[in-house]
Amino acid sequence: MKPIVEIIDVSKSYRRGDRVIPVLVDINLNIGEGEFLALMGPSGSGKSTLLNLIAALDQVDSGTIRVGGVDITGLSDNELAEWRAVNVGFIFQFYNLIPVLTAFENVELPLLLTGLSRKEREEHVEMALRIVNLEERMDHYPAHLSGGEQQRVAIARAIITDPTILVADEPTGDLDKVAAREILELMDRLNRESGKTIIMVTHDPRAAEKARVIRRLEKGFLNDVHSQDPH
Amino acid sequence: MFILKILIRNAFRHKLRTFLTILGITVAILAFGLLRTFINAWYGGVEASSASRLVTRSSISLIFSLPISYKEKIRQVDGVRKVSWGNWFGGIYIDEKNFFANFAVDAKSYLELYPEFILSSEETTHFLRDRKGFVAGRKLAKRFGWKIGDTVILRGTIYPGNWDFVLRGIYQGRDETIDETQFFFHWDYLNESLKKTAPSRGDQVGFYMIGINRPDRATEVALAIDQTFKNSLAETLTETEKAFQLSFISMSETIIMAIELVSFVVIIIIIVVVANTMSMTYRERTGEYAIFKTLGYRGWRIAAMIVGESMFITLFGSFLGILLTFPVARIAGRMLSNWFPVFNVAEEAIYMDILASVMIGLLAAIVPTRRAVKIRIADGLRRIG
Repeated sequence: MKPIVEIIDVSKSYRRGDRVIPVLVDINLNIGEGEFLALMGPSGSGKSTLLNLIAALDQVDSGTIRVGGVDITGLSDNELAEWRAVNVGFIFQFYNLIPVLTAFENVELPLLLTGLSRKEREEHVEMALRIVNLEERMDHYPAHLSGGEQQRVAIARAIITDPTILVADEPTGDLDKVAAREILELMDRLNRESGKTIIMVTHDPRAAEKARVIRRLEKGFLNDVHSQDPH
Repeated sequence: MFILKILIRNAFRHKLRTFLTILGITVAILAFGLLRTFINAWYGGVEASSASRLVTRSSISLIFSLPISYKEKIRQVDGVRKVSWGNWFGGIYIDEKNFFANFAVDAKSYLELYPEFILSSEETTHFLRDRKGFVAGRKLAKRFGWKIGDTVILRGTIYPGNWDFVLRGIYQGRDETIDETQFFFHWDYLNESLKKTAPSRGDQVGFYMIGINRPDRATEVALAIDQTFKNSLAETLTETEKAFQLSFISMSETIIMAIELVSFVVIIIIIVVVANTMSMTYRERTGEYAIFKTLGYRGWRIAAMIVGESMFITLFGSFLGILLTFPVARIAGRMLSNWFPVFNVAEEAIYMDILASVMIGLLAAIVPTRRAVKIRIADGLRRIG
């Protein structure tokens, strides 16, 4: 499988006063196009930090990350903003919708940075909401949607620009079992039917079961590959 | 368009807080506008003064008079077009609290020199014919309910006794800067009475008002007049009408400065209040700004949202404050009409209101905008949940 994400000798540490706390140490990882990867590990193991680095939300201390052949560690803040808008779709634990915008407007947000006309944007948003089965609730504000529905809106927002990769940080962490299963099935469908590359950080073994590959992080080090047939 | 939509929705997320902030801005802009109007009212006489008029008075002090004989010599000075004269009468109508300015003037020349006092030709004729006649400004006549033909008695303070006058004309100001609360009557009436009762005070003038041909020669003409009476028993001081008015205001300069200072303090306080509101909104929405950044929104778009919201709240409050300034100034003008005959909201005060509003909106947004633009996405996202 052709790697879409290449992580080469990446290290990252945080400073707390005079102390330097290593979070990731010499990480090497290739993620193939169309892969569904789950990053697991205990709290503080560095999985969210690694996800943030892949999604260009944070900067590496050393090493290189290439996504779709582009070395994102060499881009400026403005270039990264543009790159993220086109190449990464984000799904967060707490949905991170803008409360003053309706479901439709939240999904439309990434498209406002493109040159699409209003009509084209409408078509795209309606299609994305249809994929997540929420077209009936497009005029609702996040406060009037359940947790599962909010997460589906977040997924629609993540896929609206047809990004190169989807990153999900504990996407089911704030959901009940039923809603969590729906979200995981939706992500599985996006991976299988649309070939979306998904990188998911999770604590939840049931969520990880949906992934094709599971990688574990322990104290900043990446363990061996564990491939599986998803259920 | 999107930024406008989101900043308006954001502005009303905390309705009570936004309402209170807008109320604070409204009150501050209203106070600022009123204080500027108050200062303008103080300078009202200066603004209404003409560049083509000079005032000559005793060089010692305004309370010393000048001989009436000076009028002929002043007329002969090159550049002088018209000479009038008068005395501050200082009469009281019924009670001291009914204060208004009242002068004895040479009626014909005075009306010619002050075309901004508009009087019908019929009223002018009646006034000039009647020795005991007087003319009152529209506001003054309205204040006391005087009608043409009414007899009004003033109790003299500088010139003792009860002086009765008949209202022969009510003038209107040419524009809103003109004082419509003056009372003037015939200098001859005063002079003739004085000659009988206190002859030593007869033929004395408090000030001369001089019309000149060319305003650009005002200094030259003033010097020539004063030179004419140099080394006489009553030396003169001649200055432009504006400088004459300013000399009164300079006596209360400290008060004006204090009012000016208070007006700016009001603005500083409201900047702090709005800055505090914007800082609170920034703290609450740090995660949202991080989300926008995550989605690829650049710093300038986030800055536009915060500055826009700050400007929206400020301009909304300011607009209400400016609107309220007019009726409140009218009420204040009525209450202060004894001291400030002209109390109008000046265009300049509105411009200063607008300038102050823009400053409030921009300055209050500086710190939160800087923080929102600078914040690292990972740090911002950590604040959610």
